[in-house]
Amino acid sequence: MKQEVRLMKGNEVIAEAAVRAGCDAYFGYPITPQTEVIETLMEMRPWETTGMVVLQAESEIASINMVYGAAACGKKVMTSSSSPGISLMGEGISYMAGAQLPCVILNVQRGGPGLGTIQPAQSDYFQAIKAGGHGDFRMLVLAPNSVQEMYDHVFLAFELAFRYRNPVMILSDGVIGQMMEKVELSEAVRRLTDEEVTERYGDWALTGRHHRNRNIVTSVQLDPHIQEGVNDTLLEKYRRAEREEVRYESTDCDDADYVIVAYGSAARISSKAVEMAREEGHRVGLLRPITLYPFPTAPIRELAGRVKGILTVEMSTGQMVEDVRLSAGCSVPVEYYGRYGGMIPTPGEVYEALKTLLIEKQA
Amino acid sequence: MSMAEVCNANEQLVYAKNSLVTDNVMHYCPGCSHGTIHKVIAEVVSDMGLENRCIGVSPVGCSVLAYNYIDIDWAEAAHGRACAVATGIKRVCPDKMVFTYQGDGDLAAIGTGETIHACNRGENITVIYVNNAIYGMTGGQMSPTTLPGMVTATSPLGRDVKLHGYPYKIGDMVAMLDGVCYVTRQAVNSPANVRKAKKAVRTAFENSMAGKGLSLVEFVATCSSGWKLTPVAANRWMEENLFPAYPLGDIKNV
Repeated sequence: MKQEVRLMKGNEVIAEAAVRAGCDAYFGYPITPQTEVIETLMEMRPWETTGMVVLQAESEIASINMVYGAAACGKKVMTSSSSPGISLMGEGISYMAGAQLPCVILNVQRGGPGLGTIQPAQSDYFQAIKAGGHGDFRMLVLAPNSVQEMYDHVFLAFELAFRYRNPVMILSDGVIGQMMEKVELSEAVRRLTDEEVTERYGDWALTGRHHRNRNIVTSVQLDPHIQEGVNDTLLEKYRRAEREEVRYESTDCDDADYVIVAYGSAARISSKAVEMAREEGHRVGLLRPITLYPFPTAPIRELAGRVKGILTVEMSTGQMVEDVRLSAGCSVPVEYYGRYGGMIPTPGEVYEALKTLLIEKQA
Repeated sequence: MSMAEVCNANEQLVYAKNSLVTDNVMHYCPGCSHGTIHKVIAEVVSDMGLENRCIGVSPVGCSVLAYNYIDIDWAEAAHGRACAVATGIKRVCPDKMVFTYQGDGDLAAIGTGETIHACNRGENITVIYVNNAIYGMTGGQMSPTTLPGMVTATSPLGRDVKLHGYPYKIGDMVAMLDGVCYVTRQAVNSPANVRKAKKAVRTAFENSMAGKGLSLVEFVATCSSGWKLTPVAANRWMEENLFPAYPLGDIKNV
């Protein structure tokens, strides 16, 4: 497959990316607004070309545990769902983090709580960043803001998942999942053999115990001394990710008096608000976290040292704003603006909020 | 005769611990069936030459630590999710012999959904189902297969079917499904039954490797600690009470 440009929906491109990234298996269950992922895969029939397995499970609980099983064999495995379905996967994600298994999980967020709405939201930030399940663990979390990044992040997520042997979440939303955009598709990478996985990532997978002692994939340690050691190992990985994997995009921040911090579709809307502010002579910039965990704490702290105020814009009742405030460290006002429950803010609303909460207050 | 003398008498050796059974000290209680069932599985894996191609799945329950005792690759699984985990393994490694090892709480309560759907899809795996009618690991609570009137920690006056329903015969239930090729009920309470059980596990493993669909081998088993009986009394209680409720023999073999 040569590099090519296509007009594609965010959810469809995930399927295309999975096949081209050499994914070995996808397990999933239908839920709006992300069902096109499995529909597209079933249409593509990758089991006839690359040999990739695609299976519709009976629930999200079964999906994530199928992911666990296939990942335990050293395979590149992914699943996708939307908010309520991700809640059902919490247990399995925790087990995968505990057993140190790589996998990619896509969450195309919708408004909640409960069954909520099928319209877009960013209300699962806490779930993704703070509490993806029980126990002391972290997921690495990527936040695409375009169809192109939906594609690119599948490759990046698999790379990170294997580098850290940890679940990686792509935290998208119904806007990006459902919208169509131009996307550049890279050349396909072939699936890895068991030997290549061992060579690149170590000999931990269940491949049958040829010429080695048996491998055991487990998250249970009844002896607390050993469990504490496991937690230390996980902690070291997370600290390393915090040092090496922070990704963000900074636009118009160099001369900024005010900065908006927003991710995903809220960042796209905010970039328009920044343009509107600039047109009226206000020096406003945008910092867009691309990794939500690890969070771009240092760049926000640096900005807080030289701007007059920060506005966090998110499609929730205020979740990421807590991390922005922690990063800014009380040195400047950090305000929040958001729409939620499936409502999407307009650039005009964001600009108004910026004026009301920060610019005019300080004038 | 000391152990050393037995080991030196190679020419007279008619029986030995299978090399796939590790030397780890088992955590199972005296009188528990798990040890013997482990031995049966190890012997079948060994007889079939599958030790390098076999992956076991041990979910939550006393047997979550089964991987300490049989020398093959293993995945621990969350409570009830073994059949989903095994599905994931078998789908990406179709040449492997994949089996789950689950208790009645795991398979017939919290994991009923995963079990039935793996059966219905006809996954080419074997399910080893150890039914001792009680939750052993958590200290003897009522399970779906607990008999009416049976006293447990959560049915201190005996299981009342009006409150808790009836003993769940999940083996009979999954036998109805087209994806299932073999369902049998076995026990390891006597040498003769151990031999029969070994034959059943071998049939199941052969089915899995031949791609015939899902095989389920139910073991009606003891939990002397959970039942608060001595090992000998537990075996007797099982024969007198569990065997009539869960009769041994093949339920389906196609």
